[in-house]
Amino acid sequence: MDKEAKRAHHDLGGASKFMCELVDTRPHGLTDFDREVDALRQMLAAKKLMSVDELRRGIEAIPEAEYHRLSYYRRWIRSITDNLLRSGVITESELRAALEAS
Amino acid sequence: MIFAAGETVRVKNAWPEASGPVHIRTPHYVRGVVGEVVRRLGEFPNPEELAFGRPAERLPLYHVRFRKDAIWPEPKPDDELLIEIFGHWLERP
Amino acid sequence: MNILETDGERLLSAVRSLLDKKGIVSTAEVQERMAVTDAASPGQGARMVARAWVDPVYRASMLEDGSKAAEALGIPMRGMPPLGVLENTAEVHNLVVCTLCSCYPRAVLGYPPFWYKSAAFRARAVRDPRSLLAAEWKTVIPESVKVRVVDSTADYRWMVLPARPSGTEGWDEARLAGIVREGDMIGVTVPRA
Repeated sequence: MDKEAKRAHHDLGGASKFMCELVDTRPHGLTDFDREVDALRQMLAAKKLMSVDELRRGIEAIPEAEYHRLSYYRRWIRSITDNLLRSGVITESELRAALEAS
Repeated sequence: MIFAAGETVRVKNAWPEASGPVHIRTPHYVRGVVGEVVRRLGEFPNPEELAFGRPAERLPLYHVRFRKDAIWPEPKPDDELLIEIFGHWLERP
Repeated sequence: MNILETDGERLLSAVRSLLDKKGIVSTAEVQERMAVTDAASPGQGARMVARAWVDPVYRASMLEDGSKAAEALGIPMRGMPPLGVLENTAEVHNLVVCTLCSCYPRAVLGYPPFWYKSAAFRARAVRDPRSLLAAEWKTVIPESVKVRVVDSTADYRWMVLPARPSGTEGWDEARLAGIVREGDMIGVTVPRA
């Protein structure tokens, strides 16, 4: 299908490669990690530091294989970090230092 | 860009994805498809600009109905899809 | 290595500590937000549905302005995206999906279910809703009923007002709310007495 070939990889409606994939309908509890990422996103939006649109853009920028490999909230934290670096709220060297310290 | 309830509209067959990083909220499967405006939902800032931290114009948002068989030749053609589409993505066929 | 490829748990920890140290987002604020978010749940939506089933004026108000109807039952909606409500009838069955990401009426229903966010659901719901519902949820929509798939692509968040099942005559609101599940308000299931 011509339109399918042109779609961005997150634009999944009707995508043939997923039409035979089963849906895991079991309940999955949220981990502390999930809930913290969710809360962090909400705080950043409330303080006008990152909009939901910017979050989405950052998620859509994740390369296709990684997009599907990462869990939902791992996509979020990657996008949040991307956006905070882009806007200069945090710098890469600060982030590297914080990662090394942990 | 301004449409009335009941009007027949076509989603533009545009593919901005081809020219660089964008953030588009019009699903690929409905581009170029003819539908009917159900109602105007209000005016909201353009997500295509918000996504890049740019100033965003408030644009009209419509709820547009499409027949299933206008998109996919699957069974139950009378089934429908109802999708929020911004006015700048719609044209008169 | 691209710093964004760092393990998510480590990124979260580092980002949170930086934001806290800089006085941008404190640990206390994140904790508080987690607690507030945990308070939203499908039960809130179920209360709205039960009220709509017993009170035609409330039902009309819910369809007209979902956010206002939620607020009327004490569900905080200030600053939240507008809530849209679609009613299941004898003619139409609604199914909500967000094919582009995972837009969901979180302020009312809480966190979206795992499956709602999956590639399989996002891909299949718009293209083959009847088989999807039957295969994954044993929900069979009669041929005489139209299926309307609502793709949440913009500012609204959508929930379904399911049809009141037979066998519930005379039930009070609390009992009615008790049979309304998360899936009923997305459209993958229908409530049963």
